[in-house]
Amino acid sequence: MRKIAIAVTLAGALALSACKKDPPEELPPPPQTSTPTPSGPGGPGGVVPGTQEHFAQQMQGRDTIYFDTDRFDIDAEDQASLRQQAQYLQQFPDVRATVEGHCDERGTREYNLALGERRANAAKNYLVSLGVPANRITTVSYGKERPVALGSNEQAWARNRRAVTIVLN
Amino acid sequence: MMTVRTFLLGIALAAAAVPAAAQDAPAPAPSIEVPEFDEGGLTGTVTDESAWQDLGIAIPAFATNADRPTPANAQGTAALGVELGRVVFNDLRNNGLFRPVGPDSLPRPAYAQITAPAWGTWRGRSAEMLVHGYVRAADSGQLTVGCYLYDVQLQQELVREGWVVAPTDWRRAAHKCADLVYSRLSGESPFFDSKIAYIAETGPKDNRVKRLAIMDSDGANHRFITNGQSTALTPRYSPDYSKIAYVSYANGYARIFVYDIGTGRQTLVTESQGTTFAPRWSPDGRWILYSMAVAGNTDIYRVSASGGGSPQRLTDTPGIDVGGSYSPDGTRIVFESDRSGSQQIYVMNADGSNQRRISFFGGRAATPEWSPRGDQIAFTHIAGDLRIAVMSPGGGGLRHLTNSWQDEAPTWAPNGRIVQFFRTQRNSGETSIWQVDLTGRNERRLPTPVGASDPAWGPVLP
Repeated sequence: MRKIAIAVTLAGALALSACKKDPPEELPPPPQTSTPTPSGPGGPGGVVPGTQEHFAQQMQGRDTIYFDTDRFDIDAEDQASLRQQAQYLQQFPDVRATVEGHCDERGTREYNLALGERRANAAKNYLVSLGVPANRITTVSYGKERPVALGSNEQAWARNRRAVTIVLN
Repeated sequence: MMTVRTFLLGIALAAAAVPAAAQDAPAPAPSIEVPEFDEGGLTGTVTDESAWQDLGIAIPAFATNADRPTPANAQGTAALGVELGRVVFNDLRNNGLFRPVGPDSLPRPAYAQITAPAWGTWRGRSAEMLVHGYVRAADSGQLTVGCYLYDVQLQQELVREGWVVAPTDWRRAAHKCADLVYSRLSGESPFFDSKIAYIAETGPKDNRVKRLAIMDSDGANHRFITNGQSTALTPRYSPDYSKIAYVSYANGYARIFVYDIGTGRQTLVTESQGTTFAPRWSPDGRWILYSMAVAGNTDIYRVSASGGGSPQRLTDTPGIDVGGSYSPDGTRIVFESDRSGSQQIYVMNADGSNQRRISFFGGRAATPEWSPRGDQIAFTHIAGDLRIAVMSPGGGGLRHLTNSWQDEAPTWAPNGRIVQFFRTQRNSGETSIWQVDLTGRNERRLPTPVGASDPAWGPVLP
């Protein structure tokens, strides 16, 4: 608990300081400080635990990590998100997941397919280092083909440089 | 005979009052020299073309010996003759080297005059060159098309050629005629009779539908190949036009398929489970280069195009090595790598040996493509904006051909004189295909039915 609190403080401090990474347009909400508890079958809203819908709901934005231009390194904020993801994956040991790597539009198509692979793989490696078995995680790159932010500006590009973890139902 | 001549002259006089439909001649450009390099390959200079600006070419409708029905045109061979003239006219006009006048502004020669032009008619205009053609329909439906180029001042035939084509291929005969005229007058190799594969785009920016499509070099005979259910990317025609290699997400991740145009069959280039992309053919059609990501690292591989045989790995660095374009003699490959810290351009031998960097200017350099003439490499230069540029195979002589927000992925016309690329519009993300001469002039959009990207130009059809 204390480690998580320190990590949260550090992450907050980094977000406030003049670090070179632009925060995404919409900051994900602060991470939950308690372990997510699985809801019973037919829980609130009828969401089945161990599914993508449940995962996305529990993660509240922490299913996505972000990167600087041309970079694929996992910074402290990414680590916090990935820790949350790993916890979920360890709670549901039968669940498999895929990590999608994405880039912004401001690069060439084929290089971006390769860079998306790097980003997806970096996220996977970190999850594996947290104890998630590697054979439960696949990676896929979409390069610049699947933006979520549609503008041609720094804020939109920052939101598109991402790796998204998807639980496979 | 006298009646015919008089009839034509009458039309000529009436037509003279109407200004000929000619494009404004741009200001003459200064000589642009490509510096010598020591990398081997062909040397070449891009010469001053202002002399061509005033070269008027008259391209009247093609004549026919008998106006017969033909599958090539609902109104018969006479109307087909007008269409043939229009295709030739548009090929030469869009190219920007000549000042052509087309069938819609010119009197129509009679069949006998195709081989014996009425010089008086044409000397009265500003035409220095004259194209005449004929089309004959056989009982079998086959079309015979003849094409003649005349020097009006000298009253001399310069070159002639004829072709027999199926009615469905009538446009190819017109492109062959335009190629004949173009090569004879410019000294360049032909390129009009060729095809382009590309990706047709529809839908909103965050849910693009991308389909493989093909068309003639002028945009005609357009055909969709895939249905858009899975994203298709970066197609490349095989050198003999029988196949198209392209990337598809049909299996949920990027894999390279080879589509056989004749049979419609699709085969995987490699059975490997990794993400594979960036397919490229060797000039002899025997090899396919591709890039594959293993544990996040991308390298370039080579595999036999006929299937069977195991892939051979050509690069082996922790950096991203991607793409690859063969020199026209097949001995070297130019590719992009970020092993130095940012995307730059490298050359290696076709077996992967002797890899060396050749781009040493500012910014990043990507998507290199070797000209079919061997003397230039086209690429995307990223320095703020993305611009189409060329350089010599030694890495010198950097010249920018375009200056927009985002132009990328240049490929060459078969004659190594025109570069084709796609342009992305800021914010909307709309894409379109454009062409520009090696001199940087005559930038023009290639019309497509919907959005268009990843254009790849095939060789001249045999």
